[in-house]
Amino acid sequence: MLLIIEQLLNGLQLGITLFLMSAGLTLVFGIMQIINLAHGSFYMIGAYVAATVAAYTGSFFLAMIAGVTAAAATGCIVEMLVLRHLYKREHLDQVLATFGLIMFFNELVRIVWGRQPLFMNVPDGLTASIELLPGLPYPTYRLAVIGIGFLVAVFLWLMFTKTRIGMQIRAGSTNREMVGALGVNINLLYTLVFGLGTLLAGLAGVMAGPILAVEPGMGESILILTFVVIVIGGIGSIRGAVAGALLVGMVDTLGRAFLPSILRTVLSTATADSVAASLSSMAIYILMAAILVWKPRGLFPAHG
Amino acid sequence: MKKLVIGLCALGLILPTLSFSADPVKIGMITTLSTKAGYLGEEIRDGFKLAMDQEGGKLGGVAVELLVEDDGGKPEKGKQIAERYAQKDGVKIMTGIVFSNVAMAVVPKIIKEDVLYLSANAGPSGLAGSGCDPNYFSVSYQNDNLDEVVGQYVTEVGHKNVYLLAPNYPAGKDHLAGFKRYYKGTISGEVYTKLDQADYAAEIATIRDAKPEAVFFFLPGGMGINFLKQYAQAGLNKTIPLYGPAFSFDERLLSAVGDAALGVKNGSQWTHDLDNQANKEFVAAYRKAYNRTPTLYASQGYDTARLIGSALKASGGKTDLAVLRAALKKADFASVRGNFSFGKNQHPIQDIYIREVVKTETGFTNKTVKKVFANHVDAYSKECKM
Repeated sequence: MLLIIEQLLNGLQLGITLFLMSAGLTLVFGIMQIINLAHGSFYMIGAYVAATVAAYTGSFFLAMIAGVTAAAATGCIVEMLVLRHLYKREHLDQVLATFGLIMFFNELVRIVWGRQPLFMNVPDGLTASIELLPGLPYPTYRLAVIGIGFLVAVFLWLMFTKTRIGMQIRAGSTNREMVGALGVNINLLYTLVFGLGTLLAGLAGVMAGPILAVEPGMGESILILTFVVIVIGGIGSIRGAVAGALLVGMVDTLGRAFLPSILRTVLSTATADSVAASLSSMAIYILMAAILVWKPRGLFPAHG
Repeated sequence: MKKLVIGLCALGLILPTLSFSADPVKIGMITTLSTKAGYLGEEIRDGFKLAMDQEGGKLGGVAVELLVEDDGGKPEKGKQIAERYAQKDGVKIMTGIVFSNVAMAVVPKIIKEDVLYLSANAGPSGLAGSGCDPNYFSVSYQNDNLDEVVGQYVTEVGHKNVYLLAPNYPAGKDHLAGFKRYYKGTISGEVYTKLDQADYAAEIATIRDAKPEAVFFFLPGGMGINFLKQYAQAGLNKTIPLYGPAFSFDERLLSAVGDAALGVKNGSQWTHDLDNQANKEFVAAYRKAYNRTPTLYASQGYDTARLIGSALKASGGKTDLAVLRAALKKADFASVRGNFSFGKNQHPIQDIYIREVVKTETGFTNKTVKKVFANHVDAYSKECKM
């Protein structure tokens, strides 16, 4: 029973990280109609800058601010220099250009920081585990990640429903031409939206730094999962990103955790282990296929 | 005037032959310099270059030219580079491949085309047993060796049951098989994770629940960093000891893991503290040249270069295959590992050690704990008909 609670927490934590990534990606796709394969690069930039600042200052808080700012600033620059010229082009051109950006950023990181993975420590005060229930220790840092993720979700919800800019963004995702005609500066709005998306990716990268290897190409491993999340959730929808991220996080974690022991009840140990290994890596794709059969536009499609 | 023209023509005829005789021997290095694994190729290349630089661009007194290309860890790309080396550049000696899947795509083909291949890292079983070949030498190890040594050591320490973890791809299964070949206790679980998996929270919670006496894992590169950090954050490093082959414990990886890897025992054929003259010189020269402690990959690159040097010296700089092969087989060079000779499948017969991760003033590194195997021969040697 305790093991099940622990694995549910693990699933929640993975889901939260995926949410931070997919919220930005889904916004950019939903509002700007642009497929941004380079989203993982901003995650990587956030992690690299944070790891560097943390190494020099020893402060996780400063590292977080620096990492998030760097990711958002790079995002705004990329939007103005590259993506702005692609809005009227076909999706294939966008895919090619943003794929090129992935290579560009991976190489840039290699030139600036070298090939060696960087080290980033867990912030002081969050290094230990706390006993949630008797016999259930859980790393404090992972709980903090879950907490920050919830705060971000609440913040996004407030921003979209209660503020003027949120209203403009929502309007922009429904009818771009109309919003432009009503006197909203669409160019500025797009830069802001893209900056917000990359800021969230940077935040995910900063928070992944102490748990994961900070290395070139780290963005690609999470990018695929992120795409699965937004396809499941419905492209362009924040609510969909929340639902999709939690679903993928849970299914992936629980599949890896419990499939081997479930299969062992019906199969021999060796067969069960190898079947479980294959099945658990397929689980989220099976989930995605099933949801697309049931709801071809995802769980919460953004456009009616 | 006429004489001058004839003289010039004559000179023109002589000059190319003169410069030809002084042409350096080309060595083609196919290695991984990009992607997450890029630092592995960098280490091999830098170790190899160090040996050349120590002789002023020569190996064994013969001028050599090192060509280096990045395969990006992709078998198809490795094949293209090998073909270009062989056909366009006329390369007769190749080395440098990091990954076994790239080696299996490249090596069997080129050694049939009269190219010598000396492996500075990958040692797949497919080239050690019935697939052995006179043109193929492994200077590093056979892949299973570094797991076998841990299996033997864990048995000696007396852990009754061990939990195994590796990525779900052919090399992952090979490495666990290597461990099981020498481990005599029971296996309490055997888990194959996704290749390039980032988060191991689910596996770690399952390990805590299974309560094994020890965990053996093969997770090279970033996967190892992720697992080690998360294992320590879950507090398990204090209760269930970890063991693994050296691939998750090279110095460059350790600096990214930090304290989380301290005290972990791992198997390797080389450590920077091995007490022999060649090794002391190598470690000092490497630190001076690159301002970092060499990893085992660098030591393999360096040994490969010096082995080639010994063969070129014997052949007098000629790339006659039969002469080079015979000279290589003698392994007449001072390896930084100490004992080194080739078995009948042309894989190393060498000592293999258990070492421990420690922290020094220059950063995280390993120290040798125990020599577990002396003159270890790999398991596939007897299947080799050569």
